[in-house]
Order: sequence, then C-alpha cells, then structure tokens
Amino acid sequence: MDEKELLETEEIELELFLQAVYLKYGYDFKSYTKKHIKRRIKRRVKLDNASSISKIIEKLLYSEEYFKNIILKDLSINTTEMFRYPEFFKMIREQVIPVLRTYPSVKIWHAGVSTGEEIFSMAILLKEEGLLNKANIYATDFNIDVLEVAKKGIYSIEKVKKWTKNYQEAGGKKSFAEYYTAKYDSVIFDSSLIKNVTFLEHNLVEDGSFIEANLIICRNVFIYFNNELQGKVLKLFLDSLIKGGFLGIGSKESIKYNESKEKFNEISFKNRIYQKKYLE
Amino acid sequence: MKCKAIVIGGSAGSLNAIIEILKEIDNDIKIPIIILVHLSDDYDNELPKLLDKYVKGIIKEAEDKEEIKENIIYIAPSMYHLQIEDNLKFSLLYSEKVNFSRPSIDVLFETAAESYNGELLGILLTGANSDGAKGLKRIEELGGYVIVQEAITAYSAIMPEAAIKILKKPKILNLKKIGEYLNGLMK
Repeated sequence: MDEKELLETEEIELELFLQAVYLKYGYDFKSYTKKHIKRRIKRRVKLDNASSISKIIEKLLYSEEYFKNIILKDLSINTTEMFRYPEFFKMIREQVIPVLRTYPSVKIWHAGVSTGEEIFSMAILLKEEGLLNKANIYATDFNIDVLEVAKKGIYSIEKVKKWTKNYQEAGGKKSFAEYYTAKYDSVIFDSSLIKNVTFLEHNLVEDGSFIEANLIICRNVFIYFNNELQGKVLKLFLDSLIKGGFLGIGSKESIKYNESKEKFNEISFKNRIYQKKYLE
Repeated sequence: MKCKAIVIGGSAGSLNAIIEILKEIDNDIKIPIIILVHLSDDYDNELPKLLDKYVKGIIKEAEDKEEIKENIIYIAPSMYHLQIEDNLKFSLLYSEKVNFSRPSIDVLFETAAESYNGELLGILLTGANSDGAKGLKRIEELGGYVIVQEAITAYSAIMPEAAIKILKKPKILNLKKIGEYLNGLMK
C-alpha cells in the first residue's frame, strides 16, 4: 500500500473508531475537529505497538477498562494553567465583577475545568473582591479523573513561577504565595477556596442545561468542536445564562460563525467576554 | 504537481528569513502561504503587523474554523497549535507542546500534508531544534514538494540539517532563491 492509499484507509479506520466509541460507550467525538483526534489515536497505536487503528478498535470494544482508563484519557485534553491569559482575568475583575456585586448571590459555571487551575484562579479573584462567600461555583468536565485532581488542589511546584507572574499580571492584590503551602516538590492550595465549588460530571456534547448562571467560563474547549457542535454548545450556554449573564471563552475562540451570536453583546473582543442581551 | 498551498516553518532567526523571502514576492498572491514561526511564549503575536510592510496583499493571523483563501498570507497565532482540517479550514488547539513547541511546525505540516493530499509545498527555515523535520517528511511521502533552507546560510543550522537527514530529495536553496521560487509560483 502506498502512502496515499494508507492515508485513505486510515481515514476509514478513524470513522469506524469514532463510531465504535459512540455505539459502545455513548461518548460522541464525531463532531470534534478530526485532526486532533487522529493525532491522539495514532499516538496510542504507536504506544500500544499496534499495527493499525483497527487493532485498537477491537481492544476498546472488548475491554471497558481499556476504554475508560486509556482511550478516554487520550481523547481528553488537560493542558491548562492558573490565570491563563492574565488579561482575561483582569477584564473579569474590572468589567464583570462590578455587575456580579449587584446580585445577592451569584452562580458561576466553569465548563471543561480539567485539573482545576481555572477554578482556583476564579476563587482567588472572587475572594479578593469579597464575593467568594456569596458565589456558588459549578465545575464540570466529562473526565471524572481530572475532577479528582481539581478537588485535591495539589500541583507541581515547577509551575508556580509562571502562575505567580500570571497572577500579578491579572491584577492580583496580594502575594500569590498566600494561597498555597509548598511541600517537597508540590504545592497545595488552600481548600477553603473551593468550599463553595460543586464538582460534576457533565459532557457538553450530550448533556443539557442544569443551571441559570450569572457567569459561564469555558476556555479552550469549544475550539475542539466543529462549527455545528460549537453552535449547539453556544446555544446550551445561552440557555444556561440569566439575562445579562456573562460568557468568557478562550482567546482564540470565536462565536462569529454561530447563530446565537446575535443574542450576545461583546464586552471585550480581545478577551472574548460576552454578555447575554437583556432583550430577546 | 499541483500546488494548492505553501506552508513555511522556522524557529531561531527565522523572522529575518521570512522577511527576506517575502521581499522577493512581487506577483499577486495566488496560492495561500501559511507561516509558522516559533516565538517566545507570548500571548499576542505581532507578526502580521510587523510583516505587513513587506507584503503587497493581505496578511493576517489564522483563526479557528477560518476557511483558507487563495490570496492571503496567514500567520500562526502564538500559544496554540495550528492545524488544517480536511475541509481546508484552520483549527487551533491548546494541547501539550510537541517537540517542546506550541505552535509546532510538525503539527501544521502533517495536517496540511494530509488535508491537501500532498498537493502542497513545504518550506523549512533556520532553527535551533528539530521541529518540522517529520512534518516535511510527511509532505514528501504524500507526493508534495519540499524545500529546506541551505544550512550554511541559516542563522541556526540544526532545523534544516535535521530535515535534510530524513528527506529523500529536498530542494536546498538560500533565502533569495526560495523567494524567487515562490514568486515564480504566483505567476
């Protein structure tokens, strides 16, 4: 088989793989951008010393353990950091917090939180603004293992330098070190920061709305979806926000290809912060 | 071979190299050029602004889900991987680094090679790591055309040398020649 034929065959195998995952376990990755999924699967083929994607399909069909512990993790992306894109958090502090302050209590939904760095970032920000005690935060991800990491709040000490810089650039009011304790090569974050956080398994692709939030944050998740699924998820966010509620997405993500964009006002294009219109 | 896109990657020293190349192009852009340069981990990419004065037509940052147009020069954003999907739209990805790089040239080149089914040109410039070599090989495997900057003319020879080592028949050119070649393709 020459390379072009091999590529065509691989494309067929990729479709079969996604269909197998969907039919057997109900996880729908068919509307994710293909290239990223393919890269992950081919990496798995190599690590397993398998000769083709087809061999992996057989394995996942006959072993739920293999699917849950290996494949599902391969397909979830857990690259994140605290106060990622600091200007975003600065803008939340300056433009969104003053509005949230006017409500007796606020609900915040962090979708696709991964290992929880953004939850701690938000909790620190809310604490400094005196809003932490009246906030209920819902942290969701489709991968429950990462939520367990988030609950513990233990991270590698190597990352702290970058995060401290981010925190300062995000307009942090204190010393970042006040929020964690260092032990050996780890840091553990103050657990009182997440006392109002509810961790839930939720899959943006299949699960519906469960909240009327004042603020939804979902950064760099959206980007893995094709246009159609992006539209569906944006609608879900729209339905899950109160009128005048805010949405923050990743700095390179866009709502411009979606119908629901008309229902939002742009608060900051650069930081991708939007507000649901008060009037339909 | 039909050439439907041109992908260019570089690292250390490649900003000047890109300028040298773009300066040689005075024909209108008829084939999209997609440029990926490793930058420091900065959130904003100033390259489209910086390079604008060397370009006759449109130069802009590649956006997620944006359709690739023939007459545009695209720059990969910083901090994200840039991929080309089968429908010839860009997709961005915030995942782990590849070859210690994000964006990674391999990710762009490999996805471009497959989505254009080999009908493209890949160019690898100066750089101090080996990102891009595998991607260029993938372009070659699928029947695409590959050019590597002549190592002795490169600010850092590591990247071109890594590619030359694994390619079957790369065209090896200096920057002026690469620019002239691209200008010829735009006729």
